[in-house]
Amino acid sequence: MSNEWEIVIGLEVHVQLHTRAKVFASASWGFGKEPNEQVDPVVLGLPGTLPVVNREAVEKSILFGLVVDAEIPEQCAWDRKNYFYPDNPKNYQLTQKDFPVTMGGKVEIELPGAARNIMGEHKWIRIHHAHLEEDVGKLSHSGSGSLVDYNRAGVPLLEIVTEPDLRSAAEASAFLNALVVKLTQAGVADCDMEKGQLRCDANVSVRRMGDTQLGTRTETKNLNSISGVRDCIIYESRRQIAQIEAGHKITQETRGWNAEMSRGYVLRDKEDAHDYRYFPDPDIPTLKISRETVNRLKKHVPEAPFDRQRRYIEKLNLPYTAASVLIADKALADWFETAVAAHPTNAAGIANWAANDLLRELSAQSGTEVGSDETPAVKISLDSCLIKPAQLAGLVKLTDEGVISKQQAKEVFTEMFSTGKDALAIVEAKGLRQNSDTGELEKIVAEVIADPAVAKSIAEYRAGNEKAINALKGPIMKRTQGKANPVMIDQLLRKLLG
Amino acid sequence: MAEEIYQLSATEISSRLAAGKLTSRAVVEALIVRYHQLNKKIGAFTSLDEKDVLAQADASDARRKAGKVLSPLDGIPVAIKENIAVKGQPLTCSSKMLANLVSPYDAHVVEALKSAGAIIYGRLNMDEFAMGSSTENSAIQKTFNPWDLACIPGGSSGGSAASLASGLVPLALGSDTGGSIRQPASHCGIVGMKPTYGLVSRFGLVAFASSLDQIGPMARTIADCELLLKVLATPDARDMTCFDSTQRSQLPVATEKSLRIGIPKGLLGKGVGAEVAAATQAAIDFYKSKGATIVEVDLPSSELAVPTYYVVATAEASSNLARYDGVRYGHRSANAKTPIEMMTNSRSEGFGPEVKRRILLGTFVLSAGYADAYYVRALRARSKIRAEHLAALEKVDMILSPTVPTPAFKVGEKVSDPLQLYLEDIFTIPANLAGLPALSVPCGKSGHLPVGFHLVGAPLSESKLFAAAQLFESAHSFANQQPTL
Repeated sequence: MSNEWEIVIGLEVHVQLHTRAKVFASASWGFGKEPNEQVDPVVLGLPGTLPVVNREAVEKSILFGLVVDAEIPEQCAWDRKNYFYPDNPKNYQLTQKDFPVTMGGKVEIELPGAARNIMGEHKWIRIHHAHLEEDVGKLSHSGSGSLVDYNRAGVPLLEIVTEPDLRSAAEASAFLNALVVKLTQAGVADCDMEKGQLRCDANVSVRRMGDTQLGTRTETKNLNSISGVRDCIIYESRRQIAQIEAGHKITQETRGWNAEMSRGYVLRDKEDAHDYRYFPDPDIPTLKISRETVNRLKKHVPEAPFDRQRRYIEKLNLPYTAASVLIADKALADWFETAVAAHPTNAAGIANWAANDLLRELSAQSGTEVGSDETPAVKISLDSCLIKPAQLAGLVKLTDEGVISKQQAKEVFTEMFSTGKDALAIVEAKGLRQNSDTGELEKIVAEVIADPAVAKSIAEYRAGNEKAINALKGPIMKRTQGKANPVMIDQLLRKLLG
Repeated sequence: MAEEIYQLSATEISSRLAAGKLTSRAVVEALIVRYHQLNKKIGAFTSLDEKDVLAQADASDARRKAGKVLSPLDGIPVAIKENIAVKGQPLTCSSKMLANLVSPYDAHVVEALKSAGAIIYGRLNMDEFAMGSSTENSAIQKTFNPWDLACIPGGSSGGSAASLASGLVPLALGSDTGGSIRQPASHCGIVGMKPTYGLVSRFGLVAFASSLDQIGPMARTIADCELLLKVLATPDARDMTCFDSTQRSQLPVATEKSLRIGIPKGLLGKGVGAEVAAATQAAIDFYKSKGATIVEVDLPSSELAVPTYYVVATAEASSNLARYDGVRYGHRSANAKTPIEMMTNSRSEGFGPEVKRRILLGTFVLSAGYADAYYVRALRARSKIRAEHLAALEKVDMILSPTVPTPAFKVGEKVSDPLQLYLEDIFTIPANLAGLPALSVPCGKSGHLPVGFHLVGAPLSESKLFAAAQLFESAHSFANQQPTL
């Protein structure tokens, strides 16, 4: 079946922008407040109130556009989308129908590789446009009636609309993961799906492989997790294929998704489609977007994650896995680069610590699972991390120079993580320093060689038995309380035994 | 010269207050007496909080005593139309829908008046949601024309015009979407101005048609009207369509050359009453006698103004009034099983027939399949009307016409004929569609009923209009004329 059919997917991603105030009102917003605590006369649509565009929300939208290489038009405008529903305070939603804040753009995605440590195929997904609108409240029904909470009403919502470029549920997941990484890294949005900060509508159609015409599509509304999007696309494409194979036509319809049952259902068909009676909002004049603003915001565009991945692999010689882990979290990647600047000769060694030990400890500290499907951007905080980048660089330097062994380094790292002390200080305090003082060590080695108890082993070594030299190392270690650098012992023994 | 306090202009009260010949309390007490004598008869005020206005007057007198007078309006009562928000006061819009709504905030203009020390004096009746030309569409009460109690005062700011004409208050705020300040001003023999769109913040004005609505000053003299506008016309970041200080500074350059007045081609033709035409002609002749150049201007698209207006205004209204659904505030139906049913029934019960008619019309003209034929075409006609007016106003300083084709009609006369009623606004609507300032000036009588003439100017040319009107007012005795009641 999968060879015969091609699935065509376009997504509409609704992202709550990271702003202090709502999009057309000065009321603040955020998670975990009592119902209707974050409202004001404008949010509630009291008679006589007027919307005022929040510049921060517009700038975050422009920044998104710059992050995906979109065109930023000279001006944008808002329209009214009219429909009656109790969660909609004005019974119209302010949105951008004809003049959106960004046009076009593209997002690079990476598909899963053949194995965890092998890079998958990269692909570009085109963005059609993104428009800035207001979120609505939440209606809930109880036995005695209906309740509505307007805390969410007026939260800035950027709707990102893709071209129908996605071809599988896996590509849709990869796209959303890549999008979340971009949005969070640029500070455009937090994308916390558990808090409903990212919701998705999926347009799905199927066609026989090789067909150039698109099939009839359905739109499934309000998917609130990446796994939900993936499951829905699998379900919906199978349903459509089965319909067509059974000789039925696909009806253009709007569908809902029941995540618990993993089943879709019909919300309304084309005939019942709303007439939203769009018209330009007379309260908000067309907004000019100056090139000065655009140029200022360009400075806030972070390096694209996959550009960074390529740079890490090609320039810093990082293994694919470590590079991929680091780029998923901008703060961690920045942290890593600061460490590399302090000890540039072993980026891979630093990456190994940062992507494994450090990340593991930080995740354990914050209680999140590393790299799970719903948290593509690993949610760790480096703010509370006691180890500073230069300190990790110091630890790697100590191992590179042979001051401590790799095994000892693990012990030092654990202490660094819990105390924030320098690696060297811990090594000194614990007396972990490998003895690398040639003069002192040479004296001990000479004394051990002179001991008649080892004369037999020396004779065997000189007779050509390489392994016999190891019998001399034990007594040396014993005399140095294990602090002697094993490499140096070996070298000294060979030198003194000629 | 008027001697009774209720007959005094705001300018006169202001100078007497300044001279210590009068106190704000004395003014307010006199007006309260007048209110008790007349308001039942006129129906201009919907509410007056006597204790509150006296307290405001005392506060003003105390400021004056302490030498801390806030402005020339300090201590002078200004009455407020029912659709402008005053914190802690009802904001009914003369609708059953908002009968119990108390505003939690002040409109920008109310804030401005309060900081000027003016007394926020009582609330004025209007057509429901400002939809109407007779104030007969109020769900609260009827308002009658002080010059003839059998006649309508005009509308929708009928309460404002009637209160001024009957000496109930010296200054009032109205709102004007298609003539709602100027038409009742003309019918009641007072002065009313609709400012340039964007000059006065709409924050706190309950929207009817957002791209047309403006709050404006109403008074018995030109000087009073100008005094009040000065206080209202300040920048406000809460209304994105309100001019900022940079835009305000781009005022038209005052010219030394003599006044040029445009008269629309075929002006006094069909539909204009003989006495209205005569009074208008007399005004034109007056300006000619004062050295003004009278120029005929061609505004062919003006014919489209009324139909254009009733498409644009109703389209916006259908959306603006969607929020009244009984969910958050306002009338909530007791007969409903589901939220959607509650919203539907609340609206069916809360709105009056004219409001429903306009919501239905506006919903229709925006509907898929009809929007291009109605709404989009109306926007094109609107652009044309604006362009023609701006072009004409490059050649002349202002355009003069009657304010309303005929004087005030009898109460109930046109209730069943909305189309006839819509023609009341034929001369006033273009200024709203084009966003231009316009002023109605009393200029005579048709029988015993007052009539006014209408001046429209280029954007932000308010002071020019006031100056021209002052010239007329000073040479005539129509100003501050008051009916016998």
